[in-house]
Amino acid sequence: MLARNNPQLNRHEELIHLLSIEGLPRAVLHHILDTAGTFLSVNEREVKKVPLLRGKSVFNLFFENSTRTRTTFEIAAKRLSADVINLDIARSSTAKGESLLDTIANLSAMHADMFVVRHGESGAPYLIAQHCAPHVHVVNAGDGRHAHPTQGLLDMYTIRHYKRDFRNLTVAVVGDIVHSRVARSDIHALTTLGVPEIRAVGPKTLVPGDLKEMGVQVCHDMSEGIRDADVIIMLRLQNERMSGAMLPSAGEFFKTYGLTAEKLALAKPDAIVMHPGPINRGVEIDSAVADGTQSVILPQVTFGIAVRMAVMSIIAGNTP
Amino acid sequence: MSALPLDAEALYGDLLVGVRALVQPGSVLVGIWRGGAWLAERLHRDLQLSGEHGVITSALHRDDFSSRGLAASADPTRLPFEVEGRHIVLVDDVLFTGRTIRAVINELYDFGRPESVALVVLVDRGGRELPICAACSAARVTLPAGQRLRLARATDGRFSFELR
Repeated sequence: MLARNNPQLNRHEELIHLLSIEGLPRAVLHHILDTAGTFLSVNEREVKKVPLLRGKSVFNLFFENSTRTRTTFEIAAKRLSADVINLDIARSSTAKGESLLDTIANLSAMHADMFVVRHGESGAPYLIAQHCAPHVHVVNAGDGRHAHPTQGLLDMYTIRHYKRDFRNLTVAVVGDIVHSRVARSDIHALTTLGVPEIRAVGPKTLVPGDLKEMGVQVCHDMSEGIRDADVIIMLRLQNERMSGAMLPSAGEFFKTYGLTAEKLALAKPDAIVMHPGPINRGVEIDSAVADGTQSVILPQVTFGIAVRMAVMSIIAGNTP
Repeated sequence: MSALPLDAEALYGDLLVGVRALVQPGSVLVGIWRGGAWLAERLHRDLQLSGEHGVITSALHRDDFSSRGLAASADPTRLPFEVEGRHIVLVDDVLFTGRTIRAVINELYDFGRPESVALVVLVDRGGRELPICAACSAARVTLPAGQRLRLARATDGRFSFELR
């Protein structure tokens, strides 16, 4: 039976789907991060595979393009010994007019055990979770502007890896926040994990006004926004989600909000620089910073596999 | 929870004698998280073995994963030595069905092919469901199937048993 107020949890407050970080208890987040630590060491073994999902079928349903996220989900599922089926949805039945729920019903008839879903519409993974068979688990791999919970969790894993404790940190999230599901997932996770100071930094057109209600400080001045920060999360400028002229130009954006070595010097000397990728060099981040000693962008990718292994194995082990 | 009329400290003394006779040059102790890890740590020290002992968990190879899910609190496996070609002595507090040992042997093989694997336990409580036996056990007891017996360690390092 699904918990009345959170379809991701069963009545024992255990995770059965991962749809959004919003509303998940702190203990669940810590359990995922701790489990990811175990899986990180699996990736260093001679045999980089464990049998937890042996005999299970994981369907990657990407209604939007993605290389990194789809690949890391595929690697994670394979390292858990699952059979992975990648569906090129854009060229499949959906393009012929089949509805989302009909697609899901057909895939369920092929004995799917887990759906990893990326969709342009916010809420699509919720709809699937509500209509699939009780034994099927759903992971949101990014829905519209709403949420990207595994990216949020791998960001938290990265922060915990380098900073140990969330409770004394200042975290600045910089750039195109209004279009970013990563920013929303990060902010929910940071809040739940007890980060005392979260700043959203960017131009007025790209920072939503309702963030203040979530306890986030809104800064339109880059220097002020990253001063003394422990963690800087740079976001990609999402041209594909912008309608109309929200910015003068990419060059203008870089001049004001691009992270350069000079601006980074305003943060704490041991501050880390994160980015969910793909990075636009010279638009939101300078190459010298992206490739510099404070950048943890590539470790984020490595941690992402372990975090996705943790999420898939935890939900697969819990019954509705 | 109640106390069991088993003196864990006295049994540890017996186990120490048994393990001393079992170890050979190149042997390494690997404790099964968590009671077995405490035992391996103390045996390693008391036997003055060189190098480090290992800690291993059954969590990633358990056969009851689909019904019990992933254990919430297991420490990750740490084997700070080459497994390939070594004589491995697995150490656990209680041997019961043998399913944990089966899972742990699978986990061990993810790190390499050992020369040999032996098992030593503080207490063998019978009830085996797999063809697994210990090379050395300090005591044999019979308990109702539903009861859980496990080792506890006090802050001063002394061992006792917990029965639930």
